[in-house]
Amino acid sequence: MITTVASMVSAPVLGAVVAQNVFFYLIAAVMVIAALRVVTTSNIVHAALYLVVVLAGVAAQFLLLGAEFVGVTQVLVYIGAVIVLFLFGIMLTRAKVGNEDGLDHDNVIPAILTAVLLVLVMGYAVVDFAGDEEIDVLGNSPTTVEQVSDSIFSTYIVAFEAISVLLLAALIGAIVVARKE
Amino acid sequence: MYLVQFLLLSSILFCIGVYGVLARRNAVLVLMSIELILNAVNINLIAFGAFNGAQIPAEVFALFIIAVAAAEVGVGLALVLTIYRNSKSIDLHQVDLLKG
Amino acid sequence: MNTTYLAAESGGLAVEASGFFLENVWIIPAIMAVSFAIILGFGKRMPRGGSEVGIAAVGVCFILALLTAGQWIGQVNEAANCTPKTCDYIEYSIDGVDHKGEAGYIPLDYEAYASDQAHAADDTHADDGESHDTDAEAHGDEDGDHSDDEAHAEDDDHSDEGAYPIDTNAGSPDGESASALTAFTEAEAGSTAAAAVAVVSERTWWSNGGINFTIGTMVDGLTVTLLVVVTLVSMLVHIYSTDYVAGDRRFTHYFGFLSLFTAAMLFFVTSANVLQMIVGWELVGVCSFALIGHWWEEQPNSDAALKAFLTNRVGDMGLLIGMIILFFASNEKWSIIDINAAAILGEGKGGTSHTMLLIASLCLLAAVMSKSGQFFLHTWLPDAMAGPTPVSALIHAATMVVAGVYLIARLYGVFFNGLSIGGSSINALAVIGAVTTLVGASLAFVQDDIKKVLAYSTISQLGYMTLALGVGAWTAAVFHLTTHALFKACLFLGAGSVSHAVHSFDMKKDMGGMRKFMPTTYKTFLIGSIALAGLPPLAGFWSKDEILAGTGGWGFFEGESHANGAYTIMLVMGMITAAMTAAYMTRVMYLTFFGEFRGGHHDDDHGHAAADAHDDHAHHGDPHESGPRILWPLRILAGLAVVAGLMNLPKNFLGLPSGITLRFEHFVEPLAATGYFPKISHADPSWSLAIFSTLVVAGAVGVAYWYYFVKVNAQSPSATEMINGPTERSKLLKAGHTMLKNRYYLDHIYDSGAAVGAAGATAMGSIFGAAAGLTLGFSLDNGLDQALWSSLIWGMVLGLTVFTIVYLALRTGTGIASFTKRPLAYAANWVHENVIDAAVDEVGKNSVKTADALYKYIDQGVIDGSVNAAGRGSQGAGGELRRWSTGQVQQYATVMFAGATLLAGLLIIVL
Repeated sequence: MITTVASMVSAPVLGAVVAQNVFFYLIAAVMVIAALRVVTTSNIVHAALYLVVVLAGVAAQFLLLGAEFVGVTQVLVYIGAVIVLFLFGIMLTRAKVGNEDGLDHDNVIPAILTAVLLVLVMGYAVVDFAGDEEIDVLGNSPTTVEQVSDSIFSTYIVAFEAISVLLLAALIGAIVVARKE
Repeated sequence: MYLVQFLLLSSILFCIGVYGVLARRNAVLVLMSIELILNAVNINLIAFGAFNGAQIPAEVFALFIIAVAAAEVGVGLALVLTIYRNSKSIDLHQVDLLKG
Repeated sequence: MNTTYLAAESGGLAVEASGFFLENVWIIPAIMAVSFAIILGFGKRMPRGGSEVGIAAVGVCFILALLTAGQWIGQVNEAANCTPKTCDYIEYSIDGVDHKGEAGYIPLDYEAYASDQAHAADDTHADDGESHDTDAEAHGDEDGDHSDDEAHAEDDDHSDEGAYPIDTNAGSPDGESASALTAFTEAEAGSTAAAAVAVVSERTWWSNGGINFTIGTMVDGLTVTLLVVVTLVSMLVHIYSTDYVAGDRRFTHYFGFLSLFTAAMLFFVTSANVLQMIVGWELVGVCSFALIGHWWEEQPNSDAALKAFLTNRVGDMGLLIGMIILFFASNEKWSIIDINAAAILGEGKGGTSHTMLLIASLCLLAAVMSKSGQFFLHTWLPDAMAGPTPVSALIHAATMVVAGVYLIARLYGVFFNGLSIGGSSINALAVIGAVTTLVGASLAFVQDDIKKVLAYSTISQLGYMTLALGVGAWTAAVFHLTTHALFKACLFLGAGSVSHAVHSFDMKKDMGGMRKFMPTTYKTFLIGSIALAGLPPLAGFWSKDEILAGTGGWGFFEGESHANGAYTIMLVMGMITAAMTAAYMTRVMYLTFFGEFRGGHHDDDHGHAAADAHDDHAHHGDPHESGPRILWPLRILAGLAVVAGLMNLPKNFLGLPSGITLRFEHFVEPLAATGYFPKISHADPSWSLAIFSTLVVAGAVGVAYWYYFVKVNAQSPSATEMINGPTERSKLLKAGHTMLKNRYYLDHIYDSGAAVGAAGATAMGSIFGAAAGLTLGFSLDNGLDQALWSSLIWGMVLGLTVFTIVYLALRTGTGIASFTKRPLAYAANWVHENVIDAAVDEVGKNSVKTADALYKYIDQGVIDGSVNAAGRGSQGAGGELRRWSTGQVQQYATVMFAGATLLAGLLIIVL
């Protein structure tokens, strides 16, 4: 549905822009709340589920920006695989299902201060830098899988090969690290 | 749409992630927070790509980041499992081998 | 092949040579390098210990060198027969500007050109001062367009001789030929002659700041000569060595280093740029070090190796500084051709300034002095005879030691203009050569060790070559280099053959009468000796005579004026040396091969024999002739020593046609028209000089013959010197003899290391300071004041000189021992006797008393107290610090993030 909005070139421009902004802020609000819950909830399984919401929101933002293939990959890889991996990790480490005390460190206050300071600095920098730059979303046609794959297998083939080797190394490394002696 | 709204969203997610890394005791939760950080970066990347009209490279690199993140989660969880096996806990507060 | 040729003021035509072997000459050193690697890796597992690989490789190299030489000869002939219609000429360019078609480049009428050249030669030689003036004038408008300048200067130069190419009435060239033969006279038939330009093929391996660093080869007549000589001698030495060092424990190692040496030497002679030359130069030095110290178990051998290496380091410093100066002074060029061309072009036309050239050539001269054993850095060469004899023949007589001579010949433009060789009657090069040749010859007289005689003889002959280069007789020097390599290798290998039989090098103790036992060695050694002495018609005569004629000094005695400077004194010194050479070779012949055999009766004296420990089973009884692998190289070299002189018969010799005479000069000497070789004049051969020098040599042989073969032999067939001889009757002669025995006390001077440490530090400081100033000067480019310039440079030269002298005093052979080992040993002994022993005694005497006092006051009071205090202090500090060191990684991360954030905020706000 969001895709339709983003690619609605023939629709009245104003309407499309308004719709996009509305969706952006809606999704953004959901994402921020979910992200805050990830780092504050006292239930690890809930944290993982909130993380699903955030990741889905990120996928939605990708679609909003016309990056359809990345959005789909986000859903497949993160929500499909990474979250499952997290749940397995939670299960294997015998975390309590349900609320748990002592999930927070004793340096919460410095951490909050640091995070707030960081968001202020970054926010200032971002606004200062790109305060009134507009993204011409309607002018950008959504990219196709074909374009992306062409690019990966021609221009970025070396990086692609490097990533492949990295994944293999990570695979072997994970097995070596986690295996019982 | 303005570029700045994506950048701000990304900054906020990034800082929440940083907070999670700094303040959570559970190792799995720390890993989740790192995922938040990585996703914030990805939003930045795609937003700048759309802004500059360089969508394809941006998307390719976002895909690479996703791949690297998946690898990182794999290795990270393996480490967590090792920690758990050695100390019967994944409470980072108790992992203080660096203590002087 | 993209070298830019700077136009020589001579104009003329040049043809670029080409050919497979000429362009791919890199194969030759590469083969030897591969051979080295194979011998090193697998040599020990091979049936002949790797020697077969070395011999095969050097054989292939020799054939390739001959093919290269053949191709070069073809190219020269082709160029000489060129007409503008049939050949493509190189387009000269300066700074990328095409000058083809300008006045100097029009094909010239031969006679007009030759006469013009004669004039030009006269001019340059007659008034050096004037050329300085023009330099100064030209300096004024240095900032102007160089190409314009060049054209102007061209006009200026020739205005006093009339319009340059049209002046046909300036007199016939024959009228001037007594003083100057031009580079063009040999191309008699053609109306135009063209010079074959060196074949350069190179690749860029690094590029930085607009400077291309290339690696490549440059082949011209000089290169080809050295290629053939090096591969030939190396091949024969390889074959010889299979017998000579057979059974040696480091047989494989020996052949590996022979290969590496050959590779390095070939790399050096084929270098296209001076950087490569430095690399090759150092590599041959390393191989020389390794091979001198081949039998390093004997202390003198390893000392000799060290001495050779360190003496060469002194010169290498000059080499490095000289090359760097040349690089900056000739518009940041490494290429040999570019450096030479810029040097020849001269300051006024955008080339190198005369001062720079002078400094650079003096620095390079230091390198030449060390590598080619010139006085006063020659002391390492006799000691280097500690190495195996074939090594002495190859490295310390025929090839490596001529690297210095080759360096001068290669960069002759620099030396020629830097030292004003063409326009002066005395210069550093000629003086050093002349002094060296005399010193070497006089020292060769008093040696009892046959190899030492030959070593001093080598020094003397190298001095001859340097002298020849110093007086402008380039071709004579290179020719002498070639012939000397042949007959001196023959002599060394002959000496090795003799020592192989008697297990010694001592002529007086262990030799005598060897001609009966070793007829072939005797014959070849005799031929080598005659060639070295310079009796016609053997090789040495032709090259020696050419040098003597090349000094141009003979005209003085004939009452003529001459163009090539008044090097009369060089002629006299060369003549004296020739006489001495003949005399000491007669002495060697007598002591080694005539009289009665003195060796064989004392088997206990194996001092020298052990040094050459090729065969532990000493042969008792009479010595016998060596095997074929030793004799055949001797025969080949002796044969070549007979005929090599015919390569360069003098002009109009016995009315021979021009296609037979002066072949060496024709094929080896680059013409001035190539733009990278200076216009040198050739002296006319003189019958009177040749006859006179032959008489001198024959007289010297006669005197020595009379002394040894008649007087000494009459006393007793086994006598080596006359009892109550002249040195015992005359105090003066006795003093001279003692002085020679002590090698002019040079080693003593170098060994006395008193207070040199401080002086050395001072000199080091001055040289580094001067070098820093120099670098600064260069980085400021042209903006620097001229006075500052020269003061800096001269400071550096001074620093270099002081440093060289001090460093020399510090080091060399026993010098190293005395300065590093001896004082250390003394110091250690002193410490042992006065500090350790005394302290032990004291402690023993007073131990009880002291221990009590120690316990009461020191231990309880001071030590315990301070330990406790330290403990408390560190406990407190640790307590404070450990609060920060919680082991909580997340705390650390918090601090890190906070710090990074603050810094980022600071950056954003400030910027």
